[in-house]
Amino acid sequence: MRDELTIKIAGEAGQGTQTIGMALCRLFKMAGLNIFSHQDVMSRIRGGNNFTQVRVSNKPAHTLRSLSDIVVALDKNSVALHRQNMASGGLLILDKKAFNISDEDSVFFDAPFYDMAKNVGGSELFINSAGLGILAGLTGIEFNNTAEVLTNTLLGKSEDIISKNIETARAGYDFSRAKFKQGAFAVKTGTFKEGLLMNGHDAVALGAIRAGCKFYSGYPMSPSTSIMNVVAGYAKDFNIVVEQAEDEIAAINMILGASFAGARSMCATSGGGFALMVEGLSLSGMTETPIVVVDAQRPAPATGLPTRTEQADLDYLIHSGHGEFARVVFSPGTIEEAFYLTVKAFNLAEKYQVPVLIMTDQHLAESYRNIGMFDLNQAKAERFIISKEDSKKIADYKRYRLTASGISPRAIPSWIEDVIYVDSDEHTEEGHITEDAAIRTKMVEKRFYKKMAGLSKEIQKPTARNLKGAKVILIGFGSTYGVMKEASDTLKNKKIGFLHLSQVWPFPAKEITRLLKNAKKTITVENNAAGQLARLIRRETGIKIDRSILKFDGRPFNLDFLVERIKAEA
Amino acid sequence: MSEIKDFMSNDQISWCPGCGDFGILNALKKALVKLGKQPKDIVLVSGIGQAAKLPHYIKCNCFNGLHGRALPPAAGVKIANHALTVLVTTGDGDCYGEGGNHFIHNIRRNLDITVIVHNNQIYGLTKGQASPTTDSGEVTKVQGAGVILEPLYPLRMALALGAGFIGRGYSADSEHLSWLILEGIKHKGFSLIDVLQPCVTFNKKNTYEWYSKRIYKINEDPSYNPRDIALAFQKTSEWEDKIPIGIIYQIEKETYEDKSGVNKRGPLAEENIENIDISAALKDFV
Repeated sequence: MRDELTIKIAGEAGQGTQTIGMALCRLFKMAGLNIFSHQDVMSRIRGGNNFTQVRVSNKPAHTLRSLSDIVVALDKNSVALHRQNMASGGLLILDKKAFNISDEDSVFFDAPFYDMAKNVGGSELFINSAGLGILAGLTGIEFNNTAEVLTNTLLGKSEDIISKNIETARAGYDFSRAKFKQGAFAVKTGTFKEGLLMNGHDAVALGAIRAGCKFYSGYPMSPSTSIMNVVAGYAKDFNIVVEQAEDEIAAINMILGASFAGARSMCATSGGGFALMVEGLSLSGMTETPIVVVDAQRPAPATGLPTRTEQADLDYLIHSGHGEFARVVFSPGTIEEAFYLTVKAFNLAEKYQVPVLIMTDQHLAESYRNIGMFDLNQAKAERFIISKEDSKKIADYKRYRLTASGISPRAIPSWIEDVIYVDSDEHTEEGHITEDAAIRTKMVEKRFYKKMAGLSKEIQKPTARNLKGAKVILIGFGSTYGVMKEASDTLKNKKIGFLHLSQVWPFPAKEITRLLKNAKKTITVENNAAGQLARLIRRETGIKIDRSILKFDGRPFNLDFLVERIKAEA
Repeated sequence: MSEIKDFMSNDQISWCPGCGDFGILNALKKALVKLGKQPKDIVLVSGIGQAAKLPHYIKCNCFNGLHGRALPPAAGVKIANHALTVLVTTGDGDCYGEGGNHFIHNIRRNLDITVIVHNNQIYGLTKGQASPTTDSGEVTKVQGAGVILEPLYPLRMALALGAGFIGRGYSADSEHLSWLILEGIKHKGFSLIDVLQPCVTFNKKNTYEWYSKRIYKINEDPSYNPRDIALAFQKTSEWEDKIPIGIIYQIEKETYEDKSGVNKRGPLAEENIENIDISAALKDFV
C-alpha cells in the first residue's frame, strides 16, 4: 500500500479528460483520501493534448508532483508526450491496437479500451468510462462506488447511456483486476470523508453568493469565466442577476451603477480584460462606489497563454488606475482563503467604499482539492450603508460629507427623501463639480490617506510556518501557498520556513518586517519573471530579499521542482 | 405630485449663454413635473461632456460617470432597482463615439431607460473637434481640410438595431421636446431621444437659423404611422433639406426586466443579505 499516488489522464481536447479526472476525484474522496487535481488544457475545443493530473494521498495534498505513477493515454500522441514524466514502477495505460503501436515498453499496460467501449458501450465515446473502470480496478476502489460516481457524473443523461457507461467501466475494472493483484496501486485509506471538493473559483463564487452579491456582470475570458458560470448556475436560487456585458468596460461600469443603486456587485476577468476595466476602477475610487473585481491571472503580455497560469499581475493590480485612491488587493493561496476573502472583500468594499480586487490565477482557479466544511459564522455579510429604516431620518444629505475616518455615510437612492449626487469629476461634499483647491486637497486626503489608514488596520495577516530557527524563509503570494507549504514540510530537516501573503495591498509592511527581522536567508517563490514580490517587499519594508525562485513557463510549480531548487539554494 | 421648484438645483450652470442645453434642461424639468414622480425616485446618469453636466442642474439622483460610459451604469441602476426612473443625458461624442458599443448593446438589452442625446454635432468641451455626427466637409481645428468621414445617422442606426422608441427633438422647441421626453419615459423599454442642439460657440453650420428652415413636426402629419418601419427608415435618412422631429418610430417590445424576471421581484437592492443560507449549494460540492 502506498502513501500517495499521482495519476495523469491525457488525451485530445474533447475526449473528456476532465470528466474522468473529476469522477476519479469523487471516487477517492469517497475512499477518505486527500486529493489535489490540476487541469492542463490547451486553448482549443478539439484536438491538441490536454491532461488532468490527480494526486491522491492519505495526508493533506496541497500541490502537484512532477512524475506520474499512472498515465492513461486516451490517444496515441499522449503516449510519447507523457512517457517521459513517469515515476519508476509506473504504468502507462494505452490501447496498442487502437493507436497502432507495436513497440514494447516495460511501463506499458495494454488495455483494449476502444474495443471495450465499442463492444460493451456501443461507441468510442465510452472510452472515458473504460479508463475510469481500469483505474478503479488498479487502485483498489470498490466497483459499487465507481458505478455510483459515474451515475452522478452523468446525471441528466438517459438511463440507457448511464447503464452502458457503467457496463463499460465494469469491463475495464474486470480487465485490470484480472491482470494485477488486488490493489496493486492502492493508497492507504485515509479518513477524510466529510467535506467539500471544489476548485478556487467555485470558492470565490460561493463566497460572493454568501456575501450577498446580487448583480454580476462579466465578459467571458479564460480563466475567469468559471466564476461567472458558477454564479449563473445559482442565480435563480439566490436571486442574483448575471448579465453578460458587451465588453469589460461595460461590465465594470454596470456593476458600479448597480452598486450605486444599493446592490452588492462584482465582476471577474483576466489581465487583458482588466486592462479595459482600469478606467472604471479609477471611477470606483473617485465616486467611492464599492465593487469587487477578480483578476484571474494568466500568462501575458497581450493574449499570452490563455489557459495557463502566471502571477505577473501583482504590480499591475496594486498600481492600476489613473490617480491616487485607496484599494485592497487580496491574493488567496488556498480554496478556503478564496472563499473567506471573497466575503471579506464585499464587506471591506462596502465599509470603506472602495474597490477590492481579488487576484487568482489559472492554477488556483481550476485546481480541485477536498477541504473541510466552511465555517459560515466566519463568513458573514456585514452591512455599512444607511439602512432603509434609518434613511427616513436623513434630511440634508451630502454624499461626500467630510469625516475623521474619510468614510461618508452612504445612502441608497430613493430610500432617503433627499437626492444623491455622485461624480467622477472632483466634487464638493454635495457631489457637485468643483475646482476649488482646498476642497480638492481635502477630498484626496479623504479618498487616499484616510481610507488607507483605516484599511491598514484591517490587513489580513500573512501565514507564517516553521519560521523558528529557519535557515531559509520562502515567501510567496497567491497560488504558491500549497507548494511552499509542502516543500517546507518535506525539507523539515533543512529548516525551511515559509511566509504567505494573502493580502498584498495595503501591504502588510509591519508584519513582514517583524517576521523577517532575524531571517538568515530569504527566497521569494513566484510565477513571474521579474520577482515582483521581492521588489515590493524591498520597496515597502526596505528588506532586500536574497533570492527569487521564478517560473514563467505558464505552468504551475510542483513539489519536486521546488524542492530541487531549494536544495540548490540552501 | 411635484412642481418645477422641486427639481431646482442650486448648482451654478457652466454652459455658454445661448447654448441649446438650456432648452433641453427646461424641457426635461417640465416632463418630469408631468411624470409626477418625486426627485428621489429618479436617477440621471451621464458620461462626460457639456450634456453630461445636466444632472447637476436639476434636482434628481445623479451618477455622473466617465466619458462614453453613461449607458452601462444606467443599466446597472435599473437592474438593481427597477422601481427607479432612469434617464441618461449624453452627447453625440459621449454616446455615439466613445460609447458606441454600449449604445449598440443597450438597444439590444432593452431596459426601460430613456436616453437623451444632446446632439450638437461637435465636441464642445474639448473645444470644437468633429464628432461622429458632424456633417462631411465641416472644417475644424483638427479636420482642417474638412471632415472626410461620413456622418453617423443615429436614428437610422437605432432603427436597424431594433430600438422600440426613436424620437428626435429640437432644443429650441421646448414644449415639443418636453412632450417627446415624457413619451420616451412612458415608453416601456429603451427610448432614444436625439435632440438637435445648436452649439453657439463651435458649430457654425448647424445654427438656430439653419435648423428653423428645415425642421418640421412629423407627428402633425396624420398619415405618418410611427409603427411603419419602412417609412421610419425613409424619415431617418432625411437631413440636408428637411429634418423631421417627433416620434419617428415606436413599437412595444418585451423589456429586459420582463424577460429576466427582475420585474416580478422587489428591487435587488432591498434584499436582505444577512446570513444567506448557502448550505444547499454547498451540498453540490460534497
